[in-house]
Amino acid sequence: MTLEVSISHSFGSFKIDADFITGCGVTTIFGPSGAGKSTIVNAIAGLLRPQKGRISQDGEIMFDSSREIMVRPSKRRIGYVFQDGRLFPHLSVAGNIRFGVRFSTGSRSSVEEGDIAEILGLSGLMNRRPGTLSGGEKQRVALARALLSNPRLLLMDEPLASLDESRKDDILPYIERLRDVSKVPIVYVSHSMAEVSRLADHLVVLKMGKVVASDTAQSVLSDPEAMPYVGVREAGAIVLARVLEHERDGLTRLRFSGGDLLLPGVGVSPGLPVRVRILAKDIILSLAEPTGLSSNNILPVTVESVHRGDGPGVAVQVRAGRDSLLSRLTARAASEMQIAPGMSCYAILNATAVPRVSISAARPT
Amino acid sequence: MNLQPEEWAALMLSIKVSTWAMTASLPLAILVAWILARGNFVGKWMLSAFVHMPLVLPPVVTGYLLLLVFGRTGIIGGWLEQIGIVLAFRWTGAALAAAIMGFPLMVRAIQLAIEAVDPKLEEAAETLGADPAWRFMLITLPLIAPGILAGAVLGFAKAIGEFGATITFVANIPGETQTLPSAIYAFLQIPGGESGALRLVLLSIFVALGAVLISEWLSRLVAARIGRR
Repeated sequence: MTLEVSISHSFGSFKIDADFITGCGVTTIFGPSGAGKSTIVNAIAGLLRPQKGRISQDGEIMFDSSREIMVRPSKRRIGYVFQDGRLFPHLSVAGNIRFGVRFSTGSRSSVEEGDIAEILGLSGLMNRRPGTLSGGEKQRVALARALLSNPRLLLMDEPLASLDESRKDDILPYIERLRDVSKVPIVYVSHSMAEVSRLADHLVVLKMGKVVASDTAQSVLSDPEAMPYVGVREAGAIVLARVLEHERDGLTRLRFSGGDLLLPGVGVSPGLPVRVRILAKDIILSLAEPTGLSSNNILPVTVESVHRGDGPGVAVQVRAGRDSLLSRLTARAASEMQIAPGMSCYAILNATAVPRVSISAARPT
Repeated sequence: MNLQPEEWAALMLSIKVSTWAMTASLPLAILVAWILARGNFVGKWMLSAFVHMPLVLPPVVTGYLLLLVFGRTGIIGGWLEQIGIVLAFRWTGAALAAAIMGFPLMVRAIQLAIEAVDPKLEEAAETLGADPAWRFMLITLPLIAPGILAGAVLGFAKAIGEFGATITFVANIPGETQTLPSAIYAFLQIPGGESGALRLVLLSIFVALGAVLISEWLSRLVAARIGRR
């Protein structure tokens, strides 16, 4: 799958100029409120006609201003999960999720209604009305409804934004399971780095209507240059690891290309892949191999690049095996240690700094 | 209550005229309400003013205008007569007058219901593959059903009570155009007609009460069906 988006659109003095190409899996569009994220997904869905540009999926043009092509939303086969759910109030849950089935065309979907209802935990809710559902249940119904219309692309515009913090963590695993089962490419809009870090395969970062970064999530999130856009407190690399074993003291041993990590226990069986988000502020660097330290996570690394921002901090990208990590130091520490690309040092990670939600089941490879 | 044949005829005629007036104008009322609620064109206010005209004009003026336009020598009436349709001084003319008088009330009720439907729901249906016709049938129509019902009841009630435009356009012919209000009026014009008028007044109250009860029951049914209970 290839989705090509190249559009420009302005609202008064605010101009959106978005240009990116993405593929299978989950593409997240990240940016602060007002960066133009919803405009872009609405243009992909066909609910908004950009002033200029071109949108195509696998070579099939959905919008091209120069050729006056504008395929109607009902003909695009693009599922849309809205921030506010938008369930039909006069239909039951079953009526809602079956709504799009009668219009679905193309090859039969690989997932059936029963499977989707099962995965999303909707089996017991089928006869309920949307008005009686909780926020999280509503979003799960909206997700099932969009998927059952047999889309070739699924758009999700801040689907968790209207939910409580605790509910968000409940829904993310559902989305992860669907991503793995349905194989439908997903474009996921969010202003939450936590969601992006868990879900993104490809990451598009928007700022003031412009694309400032677009690459695999792993490279963008470990790129010190992108740190200002991500936010210094939220910045952190993601590494793909495998669960080695659950230790007796409640910690879980993970192995990734750069070595082993001992982190808080997670409910993923040994042998299965996990994705770990390691915040830049939780990694400190040491020139010599530290001894007598309270941390068990000490990794030999090589400095790849150093990015000095406007503030007192410095972002350092270090390589551990085939993975990259990001560390944030004070500029003073960096200059005292004479941190420079190519030098070897040790990265230290405090296990308790990594919350359980930062460790999630990854797509099986 | 011993109804005289002509009283019975007036009751049945009133129900026939009102039912026709309401059902025949309902689809057009939905269309006009839709245009007024969702349309975006120059001159929309003129359409709105035209539709609401019968609400503010003296009914006798509306009746006279109907006579001018739909009478046997009128622009439309003359043409209709050539194809065998006569409205003036016929029950069909009474139905036309009742329909026109009730039209603004129906449009108003339905327009409010359409304006209350969130267009975002229709957008959602669109992303699920529904074209405009399906969106209307599956989303908008069920959601505005209570408004349509309210409009229909108002239109029917207005038709039952219509007097001024009707008597001007189609006169007061027993068995043909003499509806309940016309019959009451006729009784009051003759000495000793009060008892006949009183019977028809009671009858009118029964009909009105019945209509209100039926509409109440229907709206509960619809509300339950669309989950607004």
